[in-house]
Amino acid sequence: MDALLQVEELQHAYDGHLAVRGLSFALARGAIGCLLGPSGCGKTTVLRCVAGFEAPSAGRILLNGALVSSTQVSLPPEQRRVGMVFQEHALFPHLTAAGNIAFGLSNHDGKRVRELAALAGITELLEKYPHELSGGQQQRVALARALAPRPALLLLDEPFSNLDTGMRERLSLELRDIIKSSGATAMLVTHDQHEAFAMADEIGVMREGRIEQWDIAYNLYHRPVNRFVADFVGQGVFLPAKVLNAKQIEIELGILEGDIAHACQIGCEVCGKGCRADVLLRPDDVIHDDNAPTQAEVLHKAFRGAEILYTLKLGSGRKVLALVPSHHNHALGERIGIRLDVDHVVAFTPQA
Amino acid sequence: MDAGFDFDVIQRSWGYLFREGMVFTLTLTALAMVGGIFFGTLLAMMRLSKFRLLSYAAGSYVNLMRSLPLVLVIFWFFFLVPYIGAWLIGAKDPVKVGSFMSCLITFTMFEAAYYCEIMRAGIQSVARGQVWAGYALGLDYWQTMGRIVLPQAFRNMLPVLLTQTVILFQDTSLVYVISATDFLGAAAKVANRDYRLVEMYTFVAVVYFIISFGLSSLVKQLQNKIAIIR
Repeated sequence: MDALLQVEELQHAYDGHLAVRGLSFALARGAIGCLLGPSGCGKTTVLRCVAGFEAPSAGRILLNGALVSSTQVSLPPEQRRVGMVFQEHALFPHLTAAGNIAFGLSNHDGKRVRELAALAGITELLEKYPHELSGGQQQRVALARALAPRPALLLLDEPFSNLDTGMRERLSLELRDIIKSSGATAMLVTHDQHEAFAMADEIGVMREGRIEQWDIAYNLYHRPVNRFVADFVGQGVFLPAKVLNAKQIEIELGILEGDIAHACQIGCEVCGKGCRADVLLRPDDVIHDDNAPTQAEVLHKAFRGAEILYTLKLGSGRKVLALVPSHHNHALGERIGIRLDVDHVVAFTPQA
Repeated sequence: MDAGFDFDVIQRSWGYLFREGMVFTLTLTALAMVGGIFFGTLLAMMRLSKFRLLSYAAGSYVNLMRSLPLVLVIFWFFFLVPYIGAWLIGAKDPVKVGSFMSCLITFTMFEAAYYCEIMRAGIQSVARGQVWAGYALGLDYWQTMGRIVLPQAFRNMLPVLLTQTVILFQDTSLVYVISATDFLGAAAKVANRDYRLVEMYTFVAVVYFIISFGLSSLVKQLQNKIAIIR
């Protein structure tokens, strides 16, 4: 892999508290990577170390193969050729949009400014001041400004958290297109998985200063490596299960088939002895079917437009989630038929 | 003292008061403001520096200046500056420093401490993200300060800086203690010569009030205008 950014065993401590505890990943040239995690997991600290605003207490950071951060080396931020987009946009309020975009250009290249404005779709806004722009427009200007000096790497720190939820996903898809057509490599930090899914090629799920899983979005959702990732990414419930043999596992709703030995993170390569496991059921694994023999009671419903997310109570009293097209509108307390459609089994050791 | 309020003495002397006294006062105010803001800004940057020594030195200076009565500093400098100057250039005799020059140095150094605190608040009013954005765009410390932080700090703090200048304008009357001919000093000379103390000091008070109040009102208007822009 032609890695543009390599982070190796990075550690960072604030006043003795380890915010980043030995974290490694690599980002290929032209790729968009993302660190996804709950607030306080250290993701922004990693970004600030890459930008050069913080010096790591251990580990190394390489940009374009050159060492930029270690305990001995610390290249100042202005020499790293790293563009940055911030949560609060950080546009310079005393300059117009055009002035902001031209800011990092040594020769105030008008052609480059217009080029980026066209790319970011803000050509008509160039003469406006930041306070005259909406949040989404400001973020486009901020992106154009960061891209103008052709940075080797673009860093985005929670770029959408100041925007309306409705706008976030749309703008993240648009920003992805802008970044991709500019040919830049980018690194995003967010706590919102929809943003991460919409923008990034590869995502690292973080917890307490470590990366739990670095993968593509599909695998994070469908093949999480541990309970934390399974829980943090997407919705779902865990149901207790019994391993029947290497190909079959039984839960309340029936027998699931798959490569159990491989799917389980419970090390039961020699299984078939009835050991216990917890099976992850996503809302899309549970299908509403009026003809199904199994019935469940509607406990809660959340209308999502195209779909309704039902919380259903099984015979045992356990709950499952089901994502159902919204024309199947059932009342609370009603009993509806369900069946499983599980493409692959995800199971973990039962929690003590 | 004669009975009655003698307007004639004001009419006879106001030309002199303004030509000599007010020119001195306004020149001193303007130059001390420019110098004070310049050094105050540097002090503020030092106070906020990540280098401990710089911030400690600037902090000590500011606290020292703000803990001394201005009159004392004026006196002290008036008598000491000639000797410090001589020591600096290695001359044997005390350097001759006019009272205006001595006042200017005193006020610049004294006001720098106050302007420093204002500029410090101004620099801190600019979001950290702006500074990082500057560095990320390839600017070094001085460029980031000069092109991003300070322009915004000045604009945000302009009303406060001007208010401090109004105070400076009033404080310049203290140069009276080293017999400099500022507006108050000039009026005092006339008052003592013609024995018209009430008339002259009342007139001086009215003029100071009109100028200070007028400037303060302008600052208030400016403040409202800036509040809208932000």
